[in-house]
Amino acid sequence: MKSVCFYFQVHQPYRVKRYRVFDIGNDPEYFNDRGESDLNNRKIVEKVAAKSYIPATTLLLNLLRRHPEMRISFSFSGIALEQLERYVPQAIELFKQVVDTGRAEVLGETYYHSLAFFYSPGEFERQVAKHREIVRRLFGVWPRVFRNTELSYRNDLGHWADREGYLGVIAEGWDPILGWRSPNYVYTPKGAKNTRLLLKNYRLSDDIAFRFSSREWSEWPLTTEKFAQWVHAMEGDTINLFMDYETFGEHQWEDTGIFHFLDKLPEELYKNPDIAFKTPSEVIQAYEPRDEVDMPNIVTWADTDRDLTAWVGNPMQKAAIDAVYGIEDQVMLANDGRLMEDWRKLQTSDHFYYMCTKWSADGDVHAYFSPYESPYDAYISYMNALSDLKLRLEKRK
Amino acid sequence: MFGWEFPPHNSGGLGVACQGITRSLSERGFEVIFVMPKKLDVSSPWARMVFAERPGVVEYAVNSPLTPYVTSSKYKKENGGSIYANNLFDEVERYTRMGSVIAKEEEFDVIYAHDWLSFGAGIEAKKATGKPFIAHVHATEFDRSGGNASVNSHVYDVEKAGMEAADRVVAVSDFTKQIIVSKYGIPADKVRVVHNGIDESTAPSGDGLKRMRNLKSSGFKIVLFLGRLTLQKGPDYFLRAAKKVLEHDPKVMFVVSGSGDMEEEILQLAGKLDISRNVLFTGFLAGSDRHEMYMAADLFVMPSVSEPFGITPLESMKLGTPVLISKQSGVSEVVHHALKVDFWDIDEMASKILSVVSHDALRESLADNAKREADRITWADAAVKLDGILQELVR
Repeated sequence: MKSVCFYFQVHQPYRVKRYRVFDIGNDPEYFNDRGESDLNNRKIVEKVAAKSYIPATTLLLNLLRRHPEMRISFSFSGIALEQLERYVPQAIELFKQVVDTGRAEVLGETYYHSLAFFYSPGEFERQVAKHREIVRRLFGVWPRVFRNTELSYRNDLGHWADREGYLGVIAEGWDPILGWRSPNYVYTPKGAKNTRLLLKNYRLSDDIAFRFSSREWSEWPLTTEKFAQWVHAMEGDTINLFMDYETFGEHQWEDTGIFHFLDKLPEELYKNPDIAFKTPSEVIQAYEPRDEVDMPNIVTWADTDRDLTAWVGNPMQKAAIDAVYGIEDQVMLANDGRLMEDWRKLQTSDHFYYMCTKWSADGDVHAYFSPYESPYDAYISYMNALSDLKLRLEKRK
Repeated sequence: MFGWEFPPHNSGGLGVACQGITRSLSERGFEVIFVMPKKLDVSSPWARMVFAERPGVVEYAVNSPLTPYVTSSKYKKENGGSIYANNLFDEVERYTRMGSVIAKEEEFDVIYAHDWLSFGAGIEAKKATGKPFIAHVHATEFDRSGGNASVNSHVYDVEKAGMEAADRVVAVSDFTKQIIVSKYGIPADKVRVVHNGIDESTAPSGDGLKRMRNLKSSGFKIVLFLGRLTLQKGPDYFLRAAKKVLEHDPKVMFVVSGSGDMEEEILQLAGKLDISRNVLFTGFLAGSDRHEMYMAADLFVMPSVSEPFGITPLESMKLGTPVLISKQSGVSEVVHHALKVDFWDIDEMASKILSVVSHDALRESLADNAKREADRITWADAAVKLDGILQELVR
């Protein structure tokens, strides 16, 4: 019996508005753009919910009703849930209904979608705990499988999850690490006892997430029949299809046929009686680990490098992330809720991604999405906001 | 090809562009005959130089002070109308008449003229031979007037006549194309955009500008304006932004390099804003001094009000100095590794200047990526597009 394991990532950052040097000391609001730009968080969340979250979740509810054996899983960043609660409660209601079916697992992550694991273990723990709270409050469940921001993983994350009693951790199934091994099996993180590792099948996942509407792709158009055949032809225990939830309706627009594809996929897969849907926890419990996987260096799900260079690869990104974690002790001592929350919202990985200049190497400007005019503008607004935060800290002394 | 100036006898970007175009076209196998109004000591391995002076027609001194950038009134003032009996318009008129003479003497397939100064010659050459004519627009009268109402109607008429007579109009940017379409009524499908390129900087490294080094070693950051001091280039916006910057950070020195009809006004403005201590006027810089000035600067600012292209930011980027450029420029269409601002948005300009001078990481990232990007913006790429346009006409 072979399993198909779906995991969808739901995340929306608090984008920093255009924040000038002259605003430092005068404006303690960093995320409240109310204009027409893509820095208006409310506008973006409402747009993405209307185009993606609401229609996709309505469709999934329908599928779960039609196919009693169907299983899926979600990972929600805390700040995405928080913004949806405020701006689009209807989306939260739909997510609750999905989780209430008992056939959708909710994964654990950091509340602020941060890279804290690599910069501050203490802050990481606090954000995971805060995330656990909101998941319990909204969905009444307790995450048993962990996924770190951008699927970033290193051996010590496996050890941490082992100590914390997680059933498993999710990571990228990157060939240079796996070597001859396939991502389609359950593994054990090097040095871990009970925790297991689930690896993304990035080829099949990206066929949906990235290539679905690409007319340059030789396999376009991607039909459910074709995709189901590829899944059937794969060797292994589990085909892990991990992707951004915005794939449905936002990255791939409705007119590409993505909803129709999702709607028809389960029945097409079921045509082969040897296929079952499972949640990450079910996959881990159903199969024996095949091997131990050693990842001494950070692996992520981004670009061809699969490392953190899209977030902390250039001098601006390094300066920014060092600056934000550099004031941790002062923020903790200040013990001011508002200030701490702003500091944490500034840890979200997206801020650093917007400062990425990697595309300069091949001149492919459109490879990275950003709501800013340039990575330099992203850096300027971020550092100015952070300077204001520091000023607020000093004033408290 | 009718031009007006050519390095080293050039006063600005037009001559540099003509050099880049003739060179890259000749590298693609075109034979270029480059015509200039008067005998100058210029030569080029890529083009045969022809001068529109014929014995018995008109005789002029070699080193004419004519530049494509002064207005006629300015020209008269500078020269008192004494040494040269002609003014700029008379000289253009004489060049125009020579267009047909030269066209009958030479063998060629396409007529090509740069800006209004040579459009007349191009029109006459077309009348005389019936051969296809390309009008290349590097700047319009609307740019030169800096958004003011004072557009010279004679120049406008010559520009419009040239573009109308042309079989194809080449614009140096989308920005310029829009002006050509909206203000000159030229059909958009006749106008092609070919962005300028930049070749290797040939200026030798000199040993001037010691003062800049002293300033730097005493902790000052240097922000540079380099260009003509005219309304078009926005030096007044530069100083107003400087004022805001200095209120936050007094360790910044603003350097104004260039000359022009706003010189007096700009000097006075610095005094009026009470920032004279932090503003240095270097006058016009050429060759190695110019090169050194770019290198000494921490940031180059081009606050132009209306800039058809703008080659100076590319010169700066090539030398590894980050740039802040006005969005009202053609060059902002082709560079990504630059800070951009609306020329009138003094607050944003000042905020960005302050960010660059206070964040090393920002300056380094900008500098590294800008240098790499400028190296990819070549005249060879421009020539590929020009080649296509030429092929359409001679096919």
